[in-house]
Amino acid sequence: MNIHMTGVGGQGIGLLSELLLRALSVAGMEVRGVDTHGLAQRGGVVNSQIRTGSGEFSPLIAPGGADLVLALERHEALRAVGGYLRDKGALAYYDAVWQPFEVRNGSVPGVSTEALHEECRRRDIRAVRVFRDDLPDPRMQNTALLAEVLHNDLIPGLRPEHVTQAMEDLLQGGALKANLEILGVR
Amino acid sequence: MKKLGEMLLGESPFRELVMGNTALVRGMVEAGVRVVTSYPGSPTPEIATAIASIRKELRPFHFEFCVNEKVAVEVAYGAAVNGRPSVVFFKSVGLNVASDTFVQLNHMDIPGGLVVIVGDDPGAHSSQNEQDNRHLARMSYTPVLEPASPSEAYAFLLTAVSMARKHRMAVMLRMTTHVCHAKEMVSFGGWPNTPRDDTPGFDGSGGSHIPIGAMVARMKKRAIERLQASREPGLDRVLENGNPKRGIITAGLPFLSVLDVLSGAARKPDILKLGMVHPLSLDTISGFLRAHEEVLVLEELDDFIEQSVKAMAHDSGLSTRVLGKGCTEDWIGEFTPGRVREILHRLWPDSVVAPVSMAGNLAAPVRFPQMCPGCGHRSAFFAIGKALRKNDITVADIGCHTLGFLPPHEIGRLLMSMGASTGIGQGLSLFNSERRVVAFLGDSTFFHAGIPGVINAIFNNHRLTLIVMENGTTAMTGHQEHPGTGRNFNDPTERIPIRKVLEGLGIQNITEVDTYNQKALTTAVGKALESPGLSVVIAKHPCMLKFSREQRRKPGFVQRHVEVSEDKCTLARECIDRFGCPSFKRDGETGRVSTNTDLCIGDGSCIQTCPSDALGAVAPGKESR
Ligand SMILES: Cc1ncc(C[n+]2csc(CCOP(=O)(O)OP(=O)(O)O)c2C)c(N)n1
Repeated sequence: MNIHMTGVGGQGIGLLSELLLRALSVAGMEVRGVDTHGLAQRGGVVNSQIRTGSGEFSPLIAPGGADLVLALERHEALRAVGGYLRDKGALAYYDAVWQPFEVRNGSVPGVSTEALHEECRRRDIRAVRVFRDDLPDPRMQNTALLAEVLHNDLIPGLRPEHVTQAMEDLLQGGALKANLEILGVR
Repeated sequence: MKKLGEMLLGESPFRELVMGNTALVRGMVEAGVRVVTSYPGSPTPEIATAIASIRKELRPFHFEFCVNEKVAVEVAYGAAVNGRPSVVFFKSVGLNVASDTFVQLNHMDIPGGLVVIVGDDPGAHSSQNEQDNRHLARMSYTPVLEPASPSEAYAFLLTAVSMARKHRMAVMLRMTTHVCHAKEMVSFGGWPNTPRDDTPGFDGSGGSHIPIGAMVARMKKRAIERLQASREPGLDRVLENGNPKRGIITAGLPFLSVLDVLSGAARKPDILKLGMVHPLSLDTISGFLRAHEEVLVLEELDDFIEQSVKAMAHDSGLSTRVLGKGCTEDWIGEFTPGRVREILHRLWPDSVVAPVSMAGNLAAPVRFPQMCPGCGHRSAFFAIGKALRKNDITVADIGCHTLGFLPPHEIGRLLMSMGASTGIGQGLSLFNSERRVVAFLGDSTFFHAGIPGVINAIFNNHRLTLIVMENGTTAMTGHQEHPGTGRNFNDPTERIPIRKVLEGLGIQNITEVDTYNQKALTTAVGKALESPGLSVVIAKHPCMLKFSREQRRKPGFVQRHVEVSEDKCTLARECIDRFGCPSFKRDGETGRVSTNTDLCIGDGSCIQTCPSDALGAVAPGKESR
């Protein structure tokens, strides 16, 4: 399975992909991953990719080769769907909006949820929108998204206990507790 | 799972999911490396992050960030020539700064052995070019190992250290961005943690390390012979697909792309995967050529391997058709699975199907990187912009402040390399009394390569306004310390204040302004621009990304935000259109401005930019809506 994750620098794509990579490994899958962060955290696009399967292969996914896109921002969700997701694939996105400069200053229109879902329908892509107004910290949107990935069974073979284990490996103290709560293993 | 630092020092063999940069550090531990040096630059800084995870007292080697790459190579060479196995690492263009010393290394006898890890950047993800450092290795008689994955990075580092020690030489380990940042399960060996022999081993008798006169020829001869002798077995391998017609020679990450693309191909070519890309093994290459009618050399960036393979085919009198770069595009960018599919399909359409086209899909608006919320550089550009005339020439330098070239500021219209802004600015000011010239320089860059340019301006009486963008850290590459911060990688250290350095050089016209004090900065820059000779403005404000991360970790921290008063806002949109903070958002229908509370750090640097006094900072829960 090929998973493409995306967001804007500062949103926590790094932690999302670390957690997922480790959780898939705990689930017994052979995994490879890679981050592309370009100019580090400076408000640019951050991508991370994970591939599962056995044998020797590239960590990078070809355009149109992703089965699942996980996005932390609406504009980036559309960009990743258009650039990486195959027809009939799946998208799960946290509906945060961090407008690019040209959208803020009104020179180009932003991406609406309707436009995003319409594009997904056109290409037979299952789209799952995630949004919660009860998060104590916006930096937990990544975990909220992961919770919905589990809830909707978007990654066959990945179960809540795998993610819990990965969280316990990577986080500690207050952060661990808060994230486990958001995960709200159901 | 153990903590990273403990894991890296584990005495028994283990398996762990790690990125390439982390795998290298375990390699250094196992190989008995004693001294490691660096200057930060993507894609390599996470090597230092992994080193930092090991407690300083437990670290089996000394590590330091040096002031620049040249000094880093020199410190590592000094240690290695004294018998300490040493490693130096930096980004691709770091080798340019280091090269005056680097090109000499293999003229020397280096008893400890020295491994130079370069992080090349095909695709220029985080660099100002895509330079292919294999050329500098050839120029300096340095062997090059090129891993394709984290597992290979670890294994090749062990091999590189062993080659370097055995032959008392320097060896290059050439990483690329997505090998540094790839993650996979790596099987590591054990580490006995035996005491190390630290007897100083330098022997300089008979002028053995002085490349002057007749010694140069002798040293060069040894370098050439040692280069040929340094090859270790098992670095190159052939993947047989039973195809007598077609073969592919490849290396590094493109090898994995080839495997991906060929996984569904009809009539797969055989593959020769090179681990050592310089010098090539004549036996291996000619054997592979002999076994095929047609061989494609598939390599990222320049035609480095291709040229040698063609020469070998010619010298061996072989009639095998050797294919390589087919068009200019083949010299550019990363050979991802998508790119490799394009190339193989173009060449062998009967075997490889065309890439999926994504052309018709709905596109998203472009997103450029930008300065963070609260960034002091933003306030600086906003204020400096008000002091500039339209035809003034602004010269950028390397760092977060480079982003000032983008809208809305568009300040800094030329960019070259670290520390280049001052020299370029001086040239621009010659025979030019009409257009005033302003050069920018970051604080880490000031120490790295900025000082000679400043001295030249004094030495040759140039007219220039220099603005030092002092944020108290090496921000762009992940907040490393520098000589002006009062800490090095390991300990507190004497801070070197930039202002004092400038004063010590005899510069009289220096003003220092906190960038959040925008009016004062505009005035200071306006004055500096009107003065003859060299004038300096130190535009300072601590990096707010670093600052806000530190604040957030403190107990009882409450996040403040800036709020837009709907009553007062006249839609002048100065905050968005000219100040350009990403924390503001615009309602697509009404055009109204509000704050994105996910982003706003409540620093309030925007408040003074609003002509209608509509911005104000509020504590959480106090928002009026
Ligand atoms: C020769 C060289 N080494 C390293 C780098 C990587 N690099 C890019 S930006 C940067 C940071 C510069 O820091 P500073 O001058 O303090 O500016 P800031 O990012 O803090 O604004 C570095 C080291 C480079 N581009 N060239």
